[in-house]
Amino acid sequence: MPCVGPDGKPTESGIAMLRALKAGKTSAEDVAAVTGRPLYRVRSGLRDLVGAGLASESGEAYALTKEGAAIL
Amino acid sequence: MEEQMEQVVSMPRLGEKAPDFEAPTTHGVLKLSDFKGSWLIIFSHPADFTPVCTTEFMAFAKIHPDLQKRGCELLGLSVDSVTSHIAWVRNIEEKTGVKISFPVIADLNKEVSMKFGMVHPGQSKTETVRTVFVIDPNQVIRLILYYPLTTGRNMDEIMRVVDALQMTDANKVATPANWRPGEMVIVPPPSTQEMAEDRLKQGYECVDWYFCKKNV
Repeated sequence: MPCVGPDGKPTESGIAMLRALKAGKTSAEDVAAVTGRPLYRVRSGLRDLVGAGLASESGEAYALTKEGAAIL
Repeated sequence: MEEQMEQVVSMPRLGEKAPDFEAPTTHGVLKLSDFKGSWLIIFSHPADFTPVCTTEFMAFAKIHPDLQKRGCELLGLSVDSVTSHIAWVRNIEEKTGVKISFPVIADLNKEVSMKFGMVHPGQSKTETVRTVFVIDPNQVIRLILYYPLTTGRNMDEIMRVVDALQMTDANKVATPANWRPGEMVIVPPPSTQEMAEDRLKQGYECVDWYFCKKNV
């Protein structure tokens, strides 16, 4: 499911993934394990969140940005 | 000349890396690499809101949980739009109670279907035929099936080939005709005379030195 809607706000899936990133740098595999979502959806969703500026990517690790944290 | 050139289409082959793509789906934009590490079945259907395809979607939805237990995801494709796909899967759920749980690529520009050789002009110049690509966790194509527009696919066979491929990878064996999980598998033929002689002492069920079976 797309994790960011046309209005730029995260969807329910997006918010679940942002919550999973709250603890700090996290891999897509960890986000999948925490959220119970299939890995392919998590990879796609994290790409959406990074594109919207709500998460950042460094290598294979993801983290919340200030904008992402402000939504939670 | 133009007609002749139209016939030259690259077709993916077994043992090759699956063609990469990034495509809109009913679950958002997906790339082939999003599935890395999982088995994946990509299948095409001719068109949304058609009867044979509807029976197939319901059947694929039914085996989806069993495929997921085997670490295998499903990804549908046709040249319809995302809006059409959404309307169709909602219609299937409303009319039959079957929820379509897997994503479906909206390949309106035929970019993905041409890469995978899913359009067969002898069948239809505008629709994809019924293809099945089984792709392994390294994104290598391991099995390809083609069905004509008029023939719906057999889910038992699709489950069977996934089981057979996974059995082969896990145990370095082959599977005989009509093999089902739990049945004996084929030991690879020996490559030296010494191995052929040893083969007969190893407790396998052998018809002859080149044709031995074992339980796994």
